[in-house]
Amino acid sequence: MKEIGRYFIFLGSMLANRESFKTYYKLILEECMTVGVGSLMLFMLVSTFVGAVDTVQTAYNMLDSPLIPHYVIAQVVREMLVLELCPTIMALIFAGKVGGSIAGGLGTMRITEQIDALEVMGINSATYLVLPKIVACAVMYPLLVIFSMVCGMFGGYLVGMVTHIIAPVEFIQGLRSDFHPFTIIFALIKAFVFGFLISSISSFKGYYTQGGALEVGISSTDAVKTSVIAVLISDYLLAQLLLGR
Amino acid sequence: MITLEHISKSFADKPVLKDVSGKFEKGKPNLIIGASGTGKSVLLKCIVGLAKPDTGAVFYDGRDFTHGDRDLKTEIRREIGMLFQGGALFDSKNVEGNVMFPLDILTEMKYADKIERVNFCLKRVGLENVNKKMPSELSGGMKKRVGIARAIVNNPNYLFCDEPNSGLDPQTSILIDELIQDISEDYNITTVVVTHDMNSVMGIGERIMFIYKGEKLWEGTNKDITHSGVKELDDFVFANKVMSHLRKEA
Repeated sequence: MKEIGRYFIFLGSMLANRESFKTYYKLILEECMTVGVGSLMLFMLVSTFVGAVDTVQTAYNMLDSPLIPHYVIAQVVREMLVLELCPTIMALIFAGKVGGSIAGGLGTMRITEQIDALEVMGINSATYLVLPKIVACAVMYPLLVIFSMVCGMFGGYLVGMVTHIIAPVEFIQGLRSDFHPFTIIFALIKAFVFGFLISSISSFKGYYTQGGALEVGISSTDAVKTSVIAVLISDYLLAQLLLGR
Repeated sequence: MITLEHISKSFADKPVLKDVSGKFEKGKPNLIIGASGTGKSVLLKCIVGLAKPDTGAVFYDGRDFTHGDRDLKTEIRREIGMLFQGGALFDSKNVEGNVMFPLDILTEMKYADKIERVNFCLKRVGLENVNKKMPSELSGGMKKRVGIARAIVNNPNYLFCDEPNSGLDPQTSILIDELIQDISEDYNITTVVVTHDMNSVMGIGERIMFIYKGEKLWEGTNKDITHSGVKELDDFVFANKVMSHLRKEA
C-alpha cells in the first residue's frame, strides 16, 4: 500500500513546477520516435506471426466441421487479434522492451547523479524526464496496436493463401462480417491505459532506484514484472467494465 | 554568503549530522573536510536541497532556503552551479549539449549567444575543440572540467563541488583546484568544496570546516590546520604520509 501511495505522489509531483511547453514538445517528439518508431519493426514481426499462427490453429479446430463456413476462421482471428492479442499480448512485449529500457535509463541516471544535477538546477526532474515518456507511450502504444492489428490480419491472410487453408476472398469476407466498430474503440482504450501504466510504473521504479548497477538491473526486472501484473489486472477490469453484461 | 544554522539530520534514527552551524563566504573556496562517512556529503545535500534537514536551516544571502516555498527554492536553485563527484554529465548529450543545457532550459538566449557562452566556459576550463565529444569519450579530468563549465555557464552566485579531485591524478587535481579557486575569485561567487584530499586543503583551503562523526569540530584556514590542537583533526591531517613526514621534519 505504501508503494502504491508513493506511486500516486510521484504522478502528482509531475504536475507541479513544470518548464515551458516548448521544452516538452521537443522531448515528447524525441520519445515518440524512440518508443514508437523504435518498436515498430518488432511489433510488425511479432504480430504477423501471431496472426499467421492464429489462422492455422483456428482452422485446425474448425475445418473438420461441415457446418462452419470457412470465412468464420478469419472472423475468429479478427476478434482474437482486435480484442486481446494485439492490445494485451503486445503490451507484455512492450513492457519488456520499453518498460525495461525506461527503468534502466532512469535508474542509471539516478545512480550517476544526473537526476540530482537536474534538481540542483531547479528543474523538476520527474516532470522533465518522465512526463514526455508517459505522453509518448500513451500516444504511441495505441498507434502500434493499430499497426499490430493490420499486420496480424495480413499474416493470417498470407498463411491462408499460401497453405490453402482459406481462400483470400473468404478471409476478407470473414474480416468484414459481423464487425462491431466498438471492439476497435475498446482495444484503443485498453492500449491507452496499458501505455500509461507501463510507462508510469517503469518510470517510478527507475526513478527511485538506489544503489549501483545491480540495483538498476533489479529495478528494470521489477518494472517489467509490476507492469505486466498491472496490465493483466486492468485488462480484466476494462473488459468487465466495458464489455461485461 | 551561505549560513548554516543548527543543521541536524538522521537516517532511520541514526544521526548523521548533529547541530552543524557555520558560514561560507564569498569570493574564496570554503572547504568542508573530514574522513569518509562523517556526513560531509549529507551536509552538502542539505545545503543544496537534495536532502531536507530534520532541524535547522540554510540561508542564501539571508533567504531561508530550507523553509522557503517552492518558488523561492526554484529561484535560489537557479543561482546554483554544482560539480558532482562523477561529473553527472548527461549521457545522451555531447559536451556542447551538456554545457548548454542550463541555458536551454533556464534562459531565453538565442542559439548564437548560447554557443558563444558555451565556448567561453569551455575555454575557461581549458577545453577547446571537444564540443562534439560524448561523455563516454572523455577522461575523468575532462569530465570534471566539463562539469565545472556546465556549473558556471549560467553565471551562478553559488558553486558547490563534491569531491572534485576523486579519482584524479595529483597534477590534474591541482589543475581542478586552481580552476575552482580562480573561478571563485574572478566571479566573486560563494564556493563550497567537499573534499578529503589534503593537497586541496593545503592548496586552496582559505576557509575550512572540519566535520567529525556528524559534528563540526573545528573551523579555520590551511595556515593553522596543522596546529589546531584538535586530536581528531590531527589524526585526519597527519594520516597523510607526506604531512606526517613534514611534521617530523619540523
